Amino acid sequence: MKKKIPKIDKTQKVIAIKGLKKAFDEFEVLRGVDLDLYKGENLVVLGRSGTGKSVLIKIISGLLRPDEGQVNVLGQEVNRLSQKELDSLRLKIGFSFQNSALYDSMTVRENLEFPLIRNSRELSRKEINRIINIVLEAVGLSQTIDQMPSELSGGQRKRIGIARTLILKPDIMLYDEPTAGLDPLTCIEINSLINQVQRRFNTSSIIITHDLTCARAVGDRLVMLLDGQFQRQGTFEEVFDSEDERVKSFYNYNFID
Amino acid sequence: MDSKDNQSPTRTRKYVLTRRLDRMLMELSRVYFFVVRFFKEVFFPPYEFREIIKQCYEVGVRSLPLIALTGFIIGIVFTNQSRPSLSEFGATSWLPALVSIAIVRALAPLVTAIIAAGRVGSSIGAELGSMRVTEQIDAMEVSATNPFKFLVVSRVLATTFMIPTLTMFTMLVALAGAYLNVHQNEQTSFATFVQQVFNAMTFLDIFSAIIKAFIFGFTVGMVGCYKGYFSSKGTEGVGKAANSSVVTAMFLIFIEELLALQIINAIRAL
Repeated sequence: MKKKIPKIDKTQKVIAIKGLKKAFDEFEVLRGVDLDLYKGENLVVLGRSGTGKSVLIKIISGLLRPDEGQVNVLGQEVNRLSQKELDSLRLKIGFSFQNSALYDSMTVRENLEFPLIRNSRELSRKEINRIINIVLEAVGLSQTIDQMPSELSGGQRKRIGIARTLILKPDIMLYDEPTAGLDPLTCIEINSLINQVQRRFNTSSIIITHDLTCARAVGDRLVMLLDGQFQRQGTFEEVFDSEDERVKSFYNYNFID
Repeated sequence: MDSKDNQSPTRTRKYVLTRRLDRMLMELSRVYFFVVRFFKEVFFPPYEFREIIKQCYEVGVRSLPLIALTGFIIGIVFTNQSRPSLSEFGATSWLPALVSIAIVRALAPLVTAIIAAGRVGSSIGAELGSMRVTEQIDAMEVSATNPFKFLVVSRVLATTFMIPTLTMFTMLVALAGAYLNVHQNEQTSFATFVQQVFNAMTFLDIFSAIIKAFIFGFTVGMVGCYKGYFSSKGTEGVGKAANSSVVTAMFLIFIEELLALQIINAIRAL
């Protein structure tokens, strides 16, 4: 399915990363990464497992600290923020985890209200319920409101995970492997949900994936992480129009069309 | 020639020792900061009252049947085992005093803490460990919620306040078990039993037992939370967190018991 052209404001950078380096023990994962994300854009980060894709978005959300480099999110330098400042920045960043990370001991309703009641304490019960219904309707799972995460399918868990991040009305969405472990039809549903979120909530997103079907369906721009740096960048066709063996093998492995 | 071949066994041993020492010091500093963070967070809002009450229910109410059964059996068994030695001196009338001192001073706090370490400590370690490896703790953090306050502070408070409560309950149940045994064998009346128990005990016995129970409760909660909060390596890590929560908590409880005994004896000698 062809993606509708989104409104991307190329004059406004919501994320600007320069010279980002991160190593674990002696293994250097990111070796000087530069990256810009524009307002309203869906940026797909491609790369093999273990190349540091998830590390990148964990650094953006302040879960990990970089060894070197600048990470500017919505005009704020993430490394230099106090805990309070970081928390208020995090309200503008939605993070959808690879395994959804739903709280096992809580129902869907409790999962959704968890960030809401802790960050918007002035909201009444009625208002909280109204917001929960809006996000559940947005992900098409209103009927699951009183179910436990263990009663949901993999695709439903992903959707609820996305709903939980949307509840705080973020400006930026970070998706970590949104289609990993899902069947092809559910993948299509998730891809369409990511595009819907972009249009309806006017978010800018970074989508980490190695699923090329997902990358083509949701990405306005793609970057490929090879050897700790972004080697290829552009549209889907531009990225894969390459003689580089690593790019070719990545494409062939994910064979599509 | 490979560089490894050049390393003498002494150098390798030194390297291994240094690494171990390094790791041990890192672990100690992490424990220190974890405990300090608890005291920093516990007094400042927002307070997670609902979660604290939920955890108190989990730790306190849910442990009651096990604690009651164990306490009752301990009361009966300890009385039964003490009888032959006392009867050799014709001093079975001292049984209520002996049993009550043993139960209040040592058995009740220790047994309650050990049962809690096994039942509650392991479950806290496993729960937080699985939340860590499934990124639920990270999810709380990125949604601008303080996971330490929600998960650690609430659980440590629950164990700190519930284990002393359970200890007092264990004392009562164990004394009830002891009374049944004494009554059955020596035909002692309830009033005489109670009188002998209270004659034998001092305020310091009860006070020190409750203070010890607070310390044991804090230890069980803190160790379980620490092991779970920093668990890693997937499902294997969750199992290890649960296991080492119990082992470490039990070890610390016995050390604390030993130290408390020295301090209380010193106070008694004053």
